[in-house]
Amino acid sequence: MTAPAAPLALLAELTHRCPLRCPYCSNPTALTRPGEELDTATWARVFREAAELGCLQVHLSGGEPTARRDIADLVRAAGGAGLYTNLITSGVLTGEAKLAALAEAGLDHVQLSVQDAEPGSADRIGGYRGGHARKLEFARHVQDAGLPLTLNAVVHRQNLDRLPAMIDLALALGAARMEVAHVQYYGWALANRDALLPTRAQLEAATATVEAARRDLKGRLVIDYVVPDYYAKRPKPCMGGWGRQFLAVSPAGRVLPCHAAESLPGFAFPNVRETSLRAAWEESEAFNRFRGTGWMPELCRGCERAEQDWGGCRCQAFALTGDAANTDPACALSPHHAVLSLAVGAAAEAGEGFTYREPQRDVHRVPG
Amino acid sequence: MQGTSIPRLAPGMKLREDKARGQWVVLGPERMFVPDEIALEVLRLVDGARSVEAMVDDLAARFAAPREEILADVVALLDDLAAKGVVRA
Ligand code: SF4
Ligand code: SF4
Repeated sequence: MTAPAAPLALLAELTHRCPLRCPYCSNPTALTRPGEELDTATWARVFREAAELGCLQVHLSGGEPTARRDIADLVRAAGGAGLYTNLITSGVLTGEAKLAALAEAGLDHVQLSVQDAEPGSADRIGGYRGGHARKLEFARHVQDAGLPLTLNAVVHRQNLDRLPAMIDLALALGAARMEVAHVQYYGWALANRDALLPTRAQLEAATATVEAARRDLKGRLVIDYVVPDYYAKRPKPCMGGWGRQFLAVSPAGRVLPCHAAESLPGFAFPNVRETSLRAAWEESEAFNRFRGTGWMPELCRGCERAEQDWGGCRCQAFALTGDAANTDPACALSPHHAVLSLAVGAAAEAGEGFTYREPQRDVHRVPG
Repeated sequence: MQGTSIPRLAPGMKLREDKARGQWVVLGPERMFVPDEIALEVLRLVDGARSVEAMVDDLAARFAAPREEILADVVALLDDLAAKGVVRA
């Protein structure tokens, strides 16, 4: 077998610590304890190995990556390895001095998440009082430091109606780029699905808002839009296909084809404490299991879209059908597709209460 | 863009060699863009100091094509890159 093509980007989940408690957090429901986190030197080696393997970018993420006291050293190590460094942050832990240190360390780009445009609602969704105001302050510091900013808005039923205000906020904060991402339902988000799933009318309004803003703001704001699977006819090519373009390293060093994959049962994911990134990428059973099209169920194997969407998301297939090797039920051809409309129906009846993200708390998996 | 514009890479954009794949790429947040040969020639001249006119002079000296044609092509290409958020005037 020839070696698989090199990955383009590394998602470095530096820590699961985070002062916020977003109910849609994509971290696994079993969070890694601080004592299990990789140390500075190991991360520096991971960055070098990622660059050697062919990665061009690193997304420094978490949890809240700036909860790591060595965050500036990590930025420097990643940049020094030749990677384009993108910090994915909630902004609430970084004051002017820390941001200056990050800029000094060579940080290339900042991606700031907001929970809403309306402070009260934003703080409620993030589960952190005063968080929104601190984010705005952080964004001002980013602008003052001359660092490019992307505003990331995760949208769902409880904030979608304020999408136009969130776009205005992106402009006001000097962002050149905005990501409007509908919640993806695994990890904590799956546990909160009933409280988060938008209605079809909300989705259609949001899509129209994005299209109009893209036209009106051409040249000022680039908007990336991630649509929700629950109203789709075909799945998204999750991560561009398993083990094709991306790899993630968890706080404890597990090498994953996708940050959500850690919750899949029956996998022995390689760990950077024991193996090189190259060996994990090229040789591990975990990366090879769903690579390409050989593993696919009949339905996908004969399908003309097999090499476009790669059968969709393995984590969603597992979460909703109980078998990660099934066709993603977001595909209308899947025999399980009806579970999505059932979920939409259930959400329409449900209230707005959240199960907040907490360490050491086991939520019950929502049955498909 | 016009002849007197001075384009520069948009903040957060970097032109970098991608040794693993034997190509050059423009890197930005969440996006990578592989310029074709002509775009790469143009992007290499984008330094935030040179005007479009000066870039065209440079290209006209190296490529056998009428200057007017090169100017039109470069402006169209830069407009396209600007719409993609890669360069700014
Ligand atoms: S989604 Fe919210 S809780 Fe999860 S890491 Fe990001 S800011 Fe923290
Ligand atoms: S059958 Fe499989 S490959 Fe075809 S569209 Fe559905 S998920 Fe994609």
